Amino acid sequence: MESSGTQKLITAREAGLVSCTRCSKVWPMEHKTCGRCGGKLVSRDMMSLQRVWAWMAVGLMCYIPANVFPMLNTQVLGKTSGNTIIGGAITLAHHGGYFVALVILLASVAIPVGKFIAVAYLAVSVRRPDMLRNEQRHKLYHFVEFIGRWSMIDVFVVIITSALIQFSVAVTVRPGIAAITFALSVIFTMFAAMSFDPRMIWDNDGRGWPETGNDRNE
Amino acid sequence: MLDTSSTDMAGSSLDEVIACPECDALYHARMPEEGARLVCKRCHHVLIAPQKDAYLHVVSLALTTLFLMGGAIYFPFLGISAAGFENKTSVLKTVMAFLDEGFTVALSIFVAAFIIMIPAIRSILVIYVILPLMMGRKPAPYARTAFRVSEDLRPWSMAEIFIIGCAVALVKIVAYGKVEIGPAFWLFIVLVIVTVLQDISMDRWSIWKALERRS
Repeated sequence: MESSGTQKLITAREAGLVSCTRCSKVWPMEHKTCGRCGGKLVSRDMMSLQRVWAWMAVGLMCYIPANVFPMLNTQVLGKTSGNTIIGGAITLAHHGGYFVALVILLASVAIPVGKFIAVAYLAVSVRRPDMLRNEQRHKLYHFVEFIGRWSMIDVFVVIITSALIQFSVAVTVRPGIAAITFALSVIFTMFAAMSFDPRMIWDNDGRGWPETGNDRNE
Repeated sequence: MLDTSSTDMAGSSLDEVIACPECDALYHARMPEEGARLVCKRCHHVLIAPQKDAYLHVVSLALTTLFLMGGAIYFPFLGISAAGFENKTSVLKTVMAFLDEGFTVALSIFVAAFIIMIPAIRSILVIYVILPLMMGRKPAPYARTAFRVSEDLRPWSMAEIFIIGCAVALVKIVAYGKVEIGPAFWLFIVLVIVTVLQDISMDRWSIWKALERRS
């Protein structure tokens, strides 16, 4: 039941209050921890952007080796061959597995790359006059938060495939080094998305935050 | 209904106010009717969504998750046979398969955490927090911490992603031989559905309110 009135919304910050993002309880501005759930209270966490960039950087650093090194090592009669994410998808497509190739490319390439761009865009647009309406930025934030975890699909595929394809000396499949760097990249970018404080999207009527000023914890 | 005019806000005590955790808009926290929901006007985040017999539902669904998890990790999950070779695996075996060398150990630990440990820990914590509330008792010691941890772990519980991963792997490995789907595979699918139902039945605001009031 959404309210239908058009009266202006006020935020906790405008009312001189600080809200707990964990349990949505509201406290006077000077409180530092939530008395209900014990969460840390920060009206607007401007440091959050630095954390976003830091996690993003580590995530990106892990994503590069994840694409260069093999995700799966297949051993056929003593001969080992590695398959990278994209190489594996191409091999699958050659054998007619277009749908699976598409799912893997979507989960392992499109989602992570799209996520890097989207998180960077969100973090930049908080500091700039809006290039997109607030609702759309908020939707983008939600989408990024929702979709990020799904990149883990390929790690699970690798684990299941290598646990099953163990035919003694004939054919064995083992996870490659890219499987772990890819998993780490997904974990770090999840932290990046979690570090972002979406409340900043709506501040100053969506005009964002100035680059300067000691606006931490104000 | 919601009234958000500033004059009204100033007059109400902080207990009657709720702030949207995603966009900071203030609302009067009034319990909507069962089944109805309180949704943030501008970012559409669901603030309050009480359900009939929610405690009972949540506890029974969490218990179901635990039982299903027991079966799902133990029973045969997937099998494959080709040219005289046969290989069957359970979820537990899948996770433990790589504990023999370097980096794959870390991989095993991640996967075990995402698909077995974290979903199980969340269920245990939820039962620990909600069961006393369901029976009308005082909250258990450290119930707030337990609920906080359980909520923090939510994005890291990846059973549903694992199932999609299985579907993809299945299509991939049919090239190698005849694939067999074991009972644990179906148990895992039920587990995913139960987890989703449990998350839907949980109204965080009501639970936090109850934990605050009675402790």
